[in-house]
This record gives sequence, structure tokens and C-alpha cells, in this order.
Amino acid sequence: MKKKILQGALLSCGVFLGGAAIAATPSATMLANTCFGCHGPNGNSVGPASPTIAGMSKAYFIEAMQEYKSGERPATIMGRIAKGYSEEEFELMAGYFSKQKFFRDKGQKTDSAMVKSGAKLHKKYCEKCHEDNGRSSEDDAGILAGQWMPYLRYTLTDYTSGNREMTKKMKKKVEALQKKEGDKGFEDLMHFYSSQK
Amino acid sequence: MSKFNRRDFLKLTGGVAAMGSIGYSSFAIGGAKKKVVIVGGGIGGATAARYIKMADSSIDVTVIEPNKNYYTCFMSNEVIGGDRSIDSIRFGYDGLKKEGINVVHDTVNNIDANGRMVKTSGGKSFKYDRCIVSPGVAFRWDTIDGYDANVAESIPHAWKAGSQTTTLRNQLKDMRDGGTVIISAPPNPFRCPPGPYERASQIAHYFKQHKPKSKILILDPKEKFSKFGLFTAGWKKHYGYGTENSMIEWVNGGNGGAIEAVDAKNKSVKALVDDFKGDVLNIIPAQKAGTIAHIAGLANDSGWCPVNLQTFESTIHANIHVIGDAAIQSPLPKSGYAANSEAKVCAESVVALLKGEAVPQPSFVNTCYSIIAPNDGISVAMVYDFSDGKINKVKGSGGLTPGYDKTTMEMREREVLYAHSWFKNITKDVFG
Repeated sequence: MKKKILQGALLSCGVFLGGAAIAATPSATMLANTCFGCHGPNGNSVGPASPTIAGMSKAYFIEAMQEYKSGERPATIMGRIAKGYSEEEFELMAGYFSKQKFFRDKGQKTDSAMVKSGAKLHKKYCEKCHEDNGRSSEDDAGILAGQWMPYLRYTLTDYTSGNREMTKKMKKKVEALQKKEGDKGFEDLMHFYSSQK
Repeated sequence: MSKFNRRDFLKLTGGVAAMGSIGYSSFAIGGAKKKVVIVGGGIGGATAARYIKMADSSIDVTVIEPNKNYYTCFMSNEVIGGDRSIDSIRFGYDGLKKEGINVVHDTVNNIDANGRMVKTSGGKSFKYDRCIVSPGVAFRWDTIDGYDANVAESIPHAWKAGSQTTTLRNQLKDMRDGGTVIISAPPNPFRCPPGPYERASQIAHYFKQHKPKSKILILDPKEKFSKFGLFTAGWKKHYGYGTENSMIEWVNGGNGGAIEAVDAKNKSVKALVDDFKGDVLNIIPAQKAGTIAHIAGLANDSGWCPVNLQTFESTIHANIHVIGDAAIQSPLPKSGYAANSEAKVCAESVVALLKGEAVPQPSFVNTCYSIIAPNDGISVAMVYDFSDGKINKVKGSGGLTPGYDKTTMEMREREVLYAHSWFKNITKDVFG
């Protein structure tokens, strides 16, 4: 108690003496707070479409923001938002969201037969990079498990329509999957990822 | 208090004196719990309450709000158009209570800025160290003859969501096919700049399905409005705008769109040039800061409340902060997202000030969605920073959804789903 009060008093002096000294860059929390209106408290979206961004790897977050900012990655609104931040601010936000827990159990409706088929397709085509049934957010992989299905669908549409560039290894797998399984294969995969808890 | 004895107090004041200053009186007295009283439990007030409590649970936070439920203005146009239920835009205060916030349902009728005391019409007094006033807007009833709070019960403005939203919805349902709805849009500045035009879109969407011979006449004192190009192109695409069969007609200020009087009995309005008769009238009057802001002397001649744009502390009364639509917060718009964003900045500032720490560097975002048709959503967004005492639009950021020639209907449809996501997420952020 004593210590706390004294600290407070000293800090209040800081205000008197320091005047209007302002840091040039907002804190990570201040920056991240502004995202919650669309992406949910702490980056856990309550849906139905805007993605959960909690738990993303720092590298993936920064890359996504850079690509939105440059226009490389297609977007409705994120291109306009990403242009408002510096690299330093991307780093801060990435640090904040990478520390948040991704809540998977969103209660999404999935078809059990499609989930079963999707699980097999995942093992065959995706598991190598999207480890742990798409839960992992290592380096440049986004979290797929427990993500909102409409968002997964938009993302896949952007990839398969050629609007968003795939890495070479991804392109190979996606094309193989499309050839062998058709659109049904993608739908099954989405049901599988959305079902992950 | 009990653990704090006289010797400690002497040590403390001695320490402070050595630093060449005296302590905050509100702060140092026995380490009593700091009290924040929040006037208004709308988007700004409820957000501020939650974020103060999250930042420092030892702060005693009280929200005083007359209504047991809050109906969000955003998405209320979908209720008017019939695509959404009124229940889906209703929010209670259990979430706040669960987080240890005191919620009092009463009306604040005075704030004693010198005595740091909020008083209610229920006869209660609430002492505060810091007060946050988030009263939303009040209407300038003196600007339209024959239109006041009583008349508005039957000829709704529906500009605060709730019972009037339902009234307007029911009037549209009861209207004959071939009837005319008159929307009188307000002059700037007002809550939710794209709102009247989204409302016209939603009503047109309803008419298109159920009453295709009906019309919407927008009478507007302005020459332009928010998302002008996107709305008018959308009306063209979906509702025949610009043709003889257009469901929507817009009369601008230069063509006599400003209205002077309402005749409630005849359901007609007197505009500058002509009189117009409608089957349903929706009169949205000019606005000013919510009533308590005026009683407490927080507003200036403009009718709105001047604030320090870093802390949102009133520049008229110390220790009182004003956020949301009532504040002069330009270039931030009078929108729900902006109120939510301001509330978080204000909350962090209030916590810092109570602790005697330096106030934080703000960052703001605004995102406003409008739904022209069920498959056609548009948005405006902006990122804001703060320097030299001003809020600035970050250069290069923000802007509007591209026009039809530069995007696809698939992307427009995504914006509808993102608009609904925004609604669910922001209300979760505001009410818990």
C-alpha cells in the first residue's frame, strides 16, 4: 500500500514536470484496440465473416499488412486501413495479436461427411505447411483451424481466381486438388477447418 | 484507508515536496478508490466503462443511463427496411455489471464541476474524480415549425433507435402501395452522416419487394452528402434512380430541400419552394450535443462540446471528459466506430491521469458501412493520428469502397457480410 501510493505520487510529479511530452508512436495496445470493432475483442471475431486475427504469427501479420498496404493482396477495406500505419506500427500490432489466444470454438455449423472428407484432403494436400490440422501459425502460414468459414471461402476464391498470388508450393497443391477433387474438395476442406475446436 | 497512518502520510507529502511539487489532492488522500462516473451508456459511455475497468480494476466505475436497454442506431435502418428484427439491435447492461461496473438507471440532471458531483433526477448524488459525459445528440426542435418531441412520437425521426424505429417500420408496413415516404435529412453536423441515405436505400429495398409503386422523397438542405457517388450509383443500379420510374428522389438545398414546417395532421411539409405531402413522414431535425452537456455548461455556441483531443477532457470544465457525437472531435465523424475509438483513447487517458502518469499517444480508426441492397455494401474508412493538439487523417489511408467500374459485385457482397461482422464485433466490444 505504502509503496503504491508513493509511486503514484512520484509519477504525478512526472506530469507536472514533464509537461506535454508525447511519444511519437502509440502503444501496441492503443493501436490494437482500434482493430476490435471489426475483428472482435483482442482479435477474436464473433463473426460471421471478419476473421479472427488473435494468435497470428508476427511474421504472418506483418506480411499481411504489408501486402494490404501495397495492394498486392486483394481486400475490401483492409487496403485502405493498412495504408494508415508505419512498419514500426505493424510490428507493434503484430506483437500484440501474436500473444492473444485464438478461440476456435465458434459454434459454426459443419457437415460431418464433408468434415471427414476434408480431413483426408487436408492430410494429403495441406498438412505439410498448415501443421496440426491448420492450427499452427508458423512463419508465413495463416491459422485455418477454427477460422470463420465465409472468410476461408473468400480467401480461397481470391487464390483460385488468380487475384491473390500463391507461393509455388501452394500453387502446386491447390491446382492438384482442384484437378482431382473440383470445387467440392475446397468446400470439404473449409468444413474441416471450420469444425476444428 | 485503514492501513494508511499519519506517519505514512507525512512520508508521502515529504517525498512529494522534495520533488518540488504538491500531490494531486484527489489522488493522495489515503489512497481511496478512484471514482469515475460515466454519464450515458451508449456506444461511447459503455466502451469507456469497460476499458477503464480492464485497465485498472481498482477504479470504481459507475455508468448512469436512463434506459435498461440500448438500441444501436447502426443497423436500425435494416430494421426499418424489414431485413432485421428490433431485438437484434437491443443490448442490455449485464455484461458491464459482470465486469464489476456499477450501472444505475437514472437520468443525470446536473453536474457540479467544482464539487465533482453528478446529480440525478432520482435524487442521488455521485462523487467523482473524473467524469465522462457521453450523451449523444439532442434535437434542435426550434428549427422546424410544428415538429417537437411529442409530434415525433407519431411522425418519427427514428434517429435514436428504439420505439421510433418500430413506429416507422410499422408505418411503412401499413402504407398503401403507391404511397410516398418523405425523409427530411438534417443539416451538418449530425449523427451518422450516411444514415439518411442508407435509410432511403433500405426503404427502397423493401418497396421493391412489396410495394413497387411507392416512392421515397428525400428533402435535404445540403448540396452533397456522405458517400454521395456510391449511393447515387447504387440507387441507379437497384432502384431506377435518375429515371422516370425512380423509387428515390433527392431534392438538394439549392432546389428547395430545406424544410421549414411540418403539418402533422395533413402529413405535409413546407419546404423552401414547395409543400410536399406524404403518406409516411420521417423528419430528422438538426442536432446538437445531448441535453446534459448543455445543462452542465460543456457546450459552446456551436451547440457541441469543445475538448482536448488527446484526453477528451472538456476545455470548459476540468475533470470532465466528453466523447462521442456530443464532442467537437473533427476530423473524426459522428459515428459509432469513432465513439468507440474515442472512448478507448479517453479511457486510457483517464486511467493515466488518475494514476498521475503521462497521458498516452492516441490512435483512432473509423469504419462506416452502409448497406444499399442485401448484396451491395459500401464503406468509408480512415486511420487518424494525433500531433500538435490535433487529430489528423493519416495521409494515404482510408477512403471509400471503389465504384462499380473498379470492383466486382462479389466484393460488394463481401462488404455486406463484413458490415454484419462489424456490427457483431463492435457491439461485443461495447457491451461485453
